Amino acid sequence: MVAAAAREIRDSELVFVGMRLPMIAFGVAKRTHAPHATGLFESGVIRETPAPELLYTMGDPSNLRKATYCGDMLYVMTLLQQGRVNVGFLGAAEVDRFGNLNTTWGNRNGQQIRLPGSGGACDIASLAQRTVVLLEHSRQRLVPRVGHITSPGNGTGNGWRREQGLPLRSGPSAVITTLGVLRFGDDGEAYLASVHPGVSVEEVLSNTGWTLRVAEDLATTPEPNPAELAAIREIDPQHFWTKS
Amino acid sequence: MTEAWAPKLASMQQAIAEHVPSGSMVVLGAQLEQMIPFAAGHEIMRQGRRDLTLVGPISDILFDQMIGAGCVSRVMAAWVGNASAGMGYCFRRAVEKRVPRAIETVDHTNLTLALALHAGAMGVPFMPTYTTLGSDLLKRNGNLREFASPVNEERLVAVRALRPDVAILNVQRADAAGNAHLWGSLGVAVDAARASRKVIVIAEEIVAPEIIASDPNRTLIPGFLVAAVVHEPGGAHPAPVQGYYGRDHAFFHDYHEQTREVEGFERWLKHWVTEVPSREFYLKRVGEARLESLRVRDHALSAPADFGF
Repeated sequence: MVAAAAREIRDSELVFVGMRLPMIAFGVAKRTHAPHATGLFESGVIRETPAPELLYTMGDPSNLRKATYCGDMLYVMTLLQQGRVNVGFLGAAEVDRFGNLNTTWGNRNGQQIRLPGSGGACDIASLAQRTVVLLEHSRQRLVPRVGHITSPGNGTGNGWRREQGLPLRSGPSAVITTLGVLRFGDDGEAYLASVHPGVSVEEVLSNTGWTLRVAEDLATTPEPNPAELAAIREIDPQHFWTKS
Repeated sequence: MTEAWAPKLASMQQAIAEHVPSGSMVVLGAQLEQMIPFAAGHEIMRQGRRDLTLVGPISDILFDQMIGAGCVSRVMAAWVGNASAGMGYCFRRAVEKRVPRAIETVDHTNLTLALALHAGAMGVPFMPTYTTLGSDLLKRNGNLREFASPVNEERLVAVRALRPDVAILNVQRADAAGNAHLWGSLGVAVDAARASRKVIVIAEEIVAPEIIASDPNRTLIPGFLVAAVVHEPGGAHPAPVQGYYGRDHAFFHDYHEQTREVEGFERWLKHWVTEVPSREFYLKRVGEARLESLRVRDHALSAPADFGF
């Protein structure tokens, strides 16, 4: 999952790095195929070098030392609004077939659960050129329609973002789950683009809350290569954020 | 230091008693995970303030504690929880079960909250943005209104300005007049100071005015905005202060484990807040070994900037 996320970052890109797994993915990309990528952190940090130790939060002192820039949140967030940010990473409690995200209200056994909220997620989903979502694959998480749109994806389909007034060059690019990678068609709906090694299409479909379309050229997600694995172990040796 | 140039120096108890009455709109946690004013928040809880409106982008666990202690009637934030451990249980109990009381949530994003304070700081009624278009945040937050741009064909969102009563900001160093140096990631601290009617500065160190004047670019809060200056070393623990101490990750995780149920939170509150008379006592309770493990081991001083002429 982390390696697949890291591969969404191309070299020299401006990357909005979210909390938790994306912090590892950015570190992996920097150490492998994207050494010139620049990381943006909403707390007001810009980094061209990965932090020297595992980050529990983006405000950890090791993320500030030798940063390219430290300062205001607005300085960083308005780079997003200018359309300069190539890719942003998000987690979510729920994602739906059009890539809309919910991190405000969850549902556990029919009971409404108040979740922490947007943070910068809605801003990234509204304004980044490409948005990549990371989450666990289950019917509770991949739902036909989110109960609350915290962060807009493709709304109800093609043309919706434009109707809302969102920037033309923006929107969901990939949903990376524990089972595979979903991408979005021209109609704005998600389809299964690849399954992770050892995962069957049936397993993905039975764990998705709607009838998920499958790409004709369905691929197997490449295994993490030795360099990526080494980078993940170097960044998170105690497996605080990476489970396996 | 003489009385003549120290009129704003106050104890934490005095500063909160005088400048944070019940019903206030208070900015806390403006620097996100850095420099969170935990000592100030705990004093507010000890003094039993009620009906506060808390304003902050992400509060880490301070908002959760103040909600659990019953100080809060409204939260205007982008995110309320525990940044490295997950959800905030007091926040959930208050929203879902009205325990210990009902709270109103005004859901922002980081950018809309920053723009609300920026508008306040600029003295204008709103700032325009594209973020939240199409989202349910736009539908449910009355401070976000869609409008037609007067200069082109676009639709945008107007983020209503915020003018909080008081911003409480932890800084690395300040002089007794409140001129403050802060560095590292600043979040919305500078706009929060300018937008608010009063500022309380909580400083790790009180230094001579010459030190502050030696680097005016770093004086992000000028003293004339500041109502009180509190010298409170360790006042941000368990949050980090760049150059002074690190983040006590375990403290955040222990809080998460210990506050799942309301009884656990009550025990936590008693141990870390209500039976703690001062920050000094609190830091003794944290323990010398633990504080030692958070000390800066590898200092990294910036190169001096020459202001000579």
